[in-house]
Amino acid sequence: MNEFVQAFLNPEIAAAALPILWMGFQQTLLLSLLVVPLGLGAGFGFALLSTRRERWLRWPLVVVIDIFRAIPPLVLLILLYAGLPFAGLDLGAWGAVALAFMLNTGAYYAEILRAGIEAVPAGQREAGRALGLKRWQIWVFIVLPQAVRNVLPDLIGNTLEVVKLTSIASVVALPELLFQARQAQSITFNATPIVVAAVAYFLLLWPCVRLLSRLENRQLAARR
Amino acid sequence: MTGWEGFAFSFLNARVAAEYWPKILEGLGVTIALAALIIVSGLALGLLLAVVRTLGIRPLNWAIIFVVDLFRALPPLVLIVLIYFGLPAAGIGFSGFAATWLALTLVLMAFAEEIFWGSICAVPKGQWEAGRALGLHFLPTMRLIVLPQAIRIAIPPLTNRTIAITKGTALGSVVAVSEILGAAQSAMAFSGNPTPLMLGAVAYLVLFFPVVVLGRWIETRFAWRR
Repeated sequence: MNEFVQAFLNPEIAAAALPILWMGFQQTLLLSLLVVPLGLGAGFGFALLSTRRERWLRWPLVVVIDIFRAIPPLVLLILLYAGLPFAGLDLGAWGAVALAFMLNTGAYYAEILRAGIEAVPAGQREAGRALGLKRWQIWVFIVLPQAVRNVLPDLIGNTLEVVKLTSIASVVALPELLFQARQAQSITFNATPIVVAAVAYFLLLWPCVRLLSRLENRQLAARR
Repeated sequence: MTGWEGFAFSFLNARVAAEYWPKILEGLGVTIALAALIIVSGLALGLLLAVVRTLGIRPLNWAIIFVVDLFRALPPLVLIVLIYFGLPAAGIGFSGFAATWLALTLVLMAFAEEIFWGSICAVPKGQWEAGRALGLHFLPTMRLIVLPQAIRIAIPPLTNRTIAITKGTALGSVVAVSEILGAAQSAMAFSGNPTPLMLGAVAYLVLFFPVVVLGRWIETRFAWRR
């Protein structure tokens, strides 16, 4: 038991590692604040385009979205980070992460938002037109608020996944929480920093998981 | 070399591709084996936890909810790193393959439990009562009446979640599993050319694109009638 505590919950090592873990935690927050809006923005763009009538526009878009849903995000990230420099384009860790997340999480957000938009009855748009609203006004004031409400649990769930996914940035040496924890672990030969990082992730995301669980249950109860 | 020739030399190099595609193919085999193991163990454990949760034993349910929340909140890569680099310190050594399998199994278990539990709750109470009226006990009612309906409800969300988690097998490359990404990265290091990485991306597309399209189809096919 004592050995276990020494290896996993060593207070001295935890105290020593805390400053760099805190730096990593801040980077994780910063990264999330960057990639969530990027993904949402791309998702909105894709979703608006894919609800248009023109077939030649819709089908290629569905294929592109499915391609980015089929490639694991880590593969996309490595491809951009380690592959693109051979084509003379070096994005750096932040650039590669931002682009990979925009494409991958954008595709997921797009799917969710498209479902939300399609669930808004056509009568809502017609009502908007009958009131003499312009196209953009119909989107901004009538369709999108209802669309977002329709799929709110899925949007929150995907955002949770995006924040969790920021941990893969450690693979391209972006100094976020997991990267710093692994650095500290390799210096001290002790797993405590990784355990502390896991606890930090849990404390950050648990409220979100709880909220999501309640929203999902409420949705199921409403269907009954 | 013109721009296009340079691009083709780097990314579509036939000589490098010919040399390394068997490695990528081996990686594809590892990815499929790992994914199959994760799906079987993750779904089975999730279903088991959901069924146990319907028994309604308070302390046990709190424990289940906590475990499910824990593995929904932790990033899979953090779990893999913790199991692979952390547990040896406690005298339990895992291979990269086993660590990835265990971590993703726990994650899939948590998500599957939530989905199965929600689906079981969505089956009307009258179905349980009908089972009781027929003289069936808990388990036969569960197995013969409730679960067949619940699983149908669970299939669309479960398919998409399972695909997303199975794609996480690529994370195994971080702990030296030579699945597709791992094989592609070491081939790239040997050849000094990113063509193997392109081959790897193609391998993932071949494997997962049909699954994603299938998931899309299942979503509409099994959609809850509103």
